[in-house]
Amino acid sequence: MTRSAVTARPVVRARDKRPSAFARWGPAIGLAIALVALWELVVALADIPAYLFPAPSAIVRAAVDDRALLADASLVTATEVVLGLLIAVAVALVIAVALHFSPLLSKTVFPLLIASQTVPVVVLAPILAIAFGYGIVPKLVIVALICFFPVVVNALDGLRSVDPDLPRLMRTLDASRWAIFTRVEFPWALPRLFSGVRVAATYAPIGAVFGEWSGSTDGLGFVMLQATPQLRTALVFAAIVVLTVQSVALFLIVRVLETTTRRGNRR
Amino acid sequence: MTPRGAGVSLDGVGHHYGDVDVLRDIAFTVAPQRSLGVVGPSGCGKSTLLSFIAGLADPAEGTVRVGEALDPAARLAACALMPQKDLLLPWRRAIDNATLALENRGVPRKEARARVAPLFERFHLAGFERHWPHELSGGMRQRVAFLRTLVADKDVLLLDEPFGGLDSITRADMQDWLRGVLTVEPRTTVMVTHDVEEALLLCHEVVVLSPRPATVVATISVDLPVRGSRAETVADPEFTAMRARVLSLLSEGVR
Repeated sequence: MTRSAVTARPVVRARDKRPSAFARWGPAIGLAIALVALWELVVALADIPAYLFPAPSAIVRAAVDDRALLADASLVTATEVVLGLLIAVAVALVIAVALHFSPLLSKTVFPLLIASQTVPVVVLAPILAIAFGYGIVPKLVIVALICFFPVVVNALDGLRSVDPDLPRLMRTLDASRWAIFTRVEFPWALPRLFSGVRVAATYAPIGAVFGEWSGSTDGLGFVMLQATPQLRTALVFAAIVVLTVQSVALFLIVRVLETTTRRGNRR
Repeated sequence: MTPRGAGVSLDGVGHHYGDVDVLRDIAFTVAPQRSLGVVGPSGCGKSTLLSFIAGLADPAEGTVRVGEALDPAARLAACALMPQKDLLLPWRRAIDNATLALENRGVPRKEARARVAPLFERFHLAGFERHWPHELSGGMRQRVAFLRTLVADKDVLLLDEPFGGLDSITRADMQDWLRGVLTVEPRTTVMVTHDVEEALLLCHEVVVLSPRPATVVATISVDLPVRGSRAETVADPEFTAMRARVLSLLSEGVR
């Protein structure tokens, strides 16, 4: 061994220079503030009635006045969203792994999966409400139904894109089929799996609210449904704002999970 | 069971992909604990040959024997293959890449790490156990890959252009290092390369293949006296004459 190889130090990668928080978020926040100000101004100047198009200040007032109602409702919706998403990911993983292991299943079941996505949820939701009642179950079904598909497709693509040399290498290292899956294929597919989950996470709140619209006694969708005929438009908008904040939070949580599982993975 | 270093023998091995003949009537033998280099033009089916010996596939014609093993599964159990690319798993630390074979056999990760750790010292990788593959230099990655292959503890080592991806300086270092490892701990080795010098430096015998469909042009036994440094060996008139001979055989094969 020559000295050059012995003294070789690990390559230290310079951390990507992160822009400051302000440079990163500043423009987006600035634009949002400008738009809200413009909105407030237009509503005040044009004298638009609050039941048609409430000013931001009115929305904030509605949110503060009905904070207890919104808090309870958002907890209900968040539960539906998170549970539904978890069910979707679990089901999607089982399906993706089964299809990956069995070419026959993949040939027979995959067309059915695509067909499942053409079923209009608009039609399905009321039927589910009749079948399962006003409880959480029909919402979970709807959320899971919307969310599982992007996860299956991405997970499957990830599993299929494995460098074929890796399973060969593993076979020469005495790996069983299962060992190849857990040590090579699954970690390889993880980044793709997470892009599927991220897409699913953005669909989930829509599914939950839709489920609530079709029959419920609680939740943000229920609040909107109740407030609209009462012409409490500001409350409807407040519920939308809460839902948006929830969605962004969910998206960020998935992101954090993704980075923690990919610590060393620079593929 | 078979002693450390079973022999390898090929007889009448031929193969084709569709209509394309790749290998034709390949035959050679490697005695236990000896090393054989296979040189040939690129694309002549050298890697395919290794995957046959390794038991990853079976040739269309002929027989491949590793020790007593004839069927692919038994060959797979007897051979360790080091591929051209280092193929380190980016989501495993250096040491956890090296322990793969042990973990695949059901050794708990902690125990596997403990067993592999001393080897890092010997492979001049001490201190890098917990590094991620992307933090290692090319030569170090290659050594981790080689370590992973050795930990599999097989009778036969199959090396597929093990240093092909390295720059010439690192490559020379690695060749010296491998020569040291194989001298201390001889194993039956079949090494595929297109670098004639590498084959002559590291192997007892060299098989020269023709372009596709590959046939054995010549089998040369490299009986060079043991010398100290690489520079001396390479400058040795016997060595240069042999290198010239192999090169001319290679170009003859092209015709």
